Amino acid sequence: MSLNREDVLKIAHLARLGVADAEVERYADELSNILALVDRMNAVDTSAVVPMAHPLDGTQRLRPDVVKEIDQREAFQKIAPAVSDGLYLVPKVIE
Amino acid sequence: MDWEPVVGLELHAQLSTKSKIFSSASTAYGAAPNTQACAVDLGLPGVLPVLNAEVVRMAVKFGLAVKAKISPRSVFARKNYFYPDLPKGYQISQYELPIVDKGEVTIQIDGGSEKRIGVTRAHLEEDAGKSIHDVFPDATGIDLNRAGTPLIEIVSDPDMRSAAEAIAYMRKIHSIVRYLDICDGNMQQGSFRCDANVSVRKKGDTRLGTRTELKNLNSFRFVERAIEYEIERQIDVLESGGEVAQETRLYDPDGNETRSMRGKEEANDYRYFPDPDLLPVEVTDELVEEIRASLPELPDAKRQRFCDHYGLNAYDASNLSLSRELADYFERTVEISGATPKLCANWISGELAGALNKAALEIGQSPVTPELLGGMLKRLADETLSGKLAKQVFDAMWSGEGEADAIIEAKGLKQVTDAGEIEALVDAAIAGNPEQVAQYRAGKQKVLGFFVGQVMKASQGKANPGQVNELLKKKLGNE
Repeated sequence: MSLNREDVLKIAHLARLGVADAEVERYADELSNILALVDRMNAVDTSAVVPMAHPLDGTQRLRPDVVKEIDQREAFQKIAPAVSDGLYLVPKVIE
Repeated sequence: MDWEPVVGLELHAQLSTKSKIFSSASTAYGAAPNTQACAVDLGLPGVLPVLNAEVVRMAVKFGLAVKAKISPRSVFARKNYFYPDLPKGYQISQYELPIVDKGEVTIQIDGGSEKRIGVTRAHLEEDAGKSIHDVFPDATGIDLNRAGTPLIEIVSDPDMRSAAEAIAYMRKIHSIVRYLDICDGNMQQGSFRCDANVSVRKKGDTRLGTRTELKNLNSFRFVERAIEYEIERQIDVLESGGEVAQETRLYDPDGNETRSMRGKEEANDYRYFPDPDLLPVEVTDELVEEIRASLPELPDAKRQRFCDHYGLNAYDASNLSLSRELADYFERTVEISGATPKLCANWISGELAGALNKAALEIGQSPVTPELLGGMLKRLADETLSGKLAKQVFDAMWSGEGEADAIIEAKGLKQVTDAGEIEALVDAAIAGNPEQVAQYRAGKQKVLGFFVGQVMKASQGKANPGQVNELLKKKLGNE
């Protein structure tokens, strides 16, 4: 499987990455090579293997349901680009 | 042409934990903006999520209640999309391996028949924050207090064939999460939310039609209306030769219609992958069995017991087992009053439900407690009160005038059952209205009601209506 120009632009858009026009072909090639490697791995029969969800062979540690965080809004909002009335402000999302 | 609607629901229930699913920030509703949004909830660099144990327990509870298989190993995945109320750029959810596998519930539909509705799966995920669009002229305000609140998303099979069935299913799930005490069920505050997938097909077809997804359904009534509207709309489109577009539509309660969310139609491409910050979640058999042993009596079991033990009909039993609070109220009332369960059921589903509804109160907030209602029903059962007088006593108790016995005493509301006293009133009514007596004897049976009215009026509503009726019939018929 290989990726074309449109695939690269779509992936870049989904990840909100700017890709210069001149680079698109190169990315298409490089990503296609990665997929070729995946294709080769697909040739191995893995039907008896449990899919790996995590490289560490462990299970999730759980924490008790206790509130420990205190309000640090002021500290957090000091580093935000824009705030008002306790809200974080972002460019208008809908018209 | 006969069309068959097909409906499936995605229900989101906020789990009522104290802290968030992956952070120790509070989940309390209504705090000042962003005062309950910690570094994890804000998605600041370097933070790591740690799963809340109570969330896992609650999901297992739910799974057991819908007879589902609990996955011994489930995996959290990242669902990637960009929206400002989701600062990380992805929502932690479950994709391929949800914690709750296939289950089912039974709904009661019109005419008392039952239907099985499949639960495809239920998975855990974090809620997003809130966007405030209408306060700032050229900015959107973001409140991340809700970000990271635990949700269980419950996905049904496309098993429902009408809006009414969809509502019955939704009520059943609502009732289950409330019984389990894992969600407060408050739809106004968004603790229980519904998206509906609706399609129609020709009756007899086995293939599903193209579906639309309905959003913005924040009450049972809106869900029902939106589905009804959407079914009609799709039938109209198909009958006029058109095709239903697969899209998301918003319900507008003011216009009672659904509208396409144009412009937001970018195909979903969430690029799920296992979250490397979280290890697989293990649920041991011991934990499942421990939780199974602690489950409360659930709505279906309670309904069945209400039929078997109290002899209620299916309708009353369903109504009264809808919520744990209501069921407890009923059982306590029966116990205190010593009256028949049917009489208690009638008063609770009738007079009491009406008064609560009018005052917009929940059963737990009722000014008439089971102790008060039971005390009054005791006097109805022993014939101190007639139905009519009981209503007066009920109203007085509702306005906080105390216990039934005290009200009966203070207002002189004791029913007259003394045969001699009633006979005197009946005789007077007959003697005073010769014209109506003649009409009755000429075959105009309806006039009996006039006499009953006269006697009741003369007794100030206190004569026992049954006795009055009987005696009037006897006397008017005899002479």
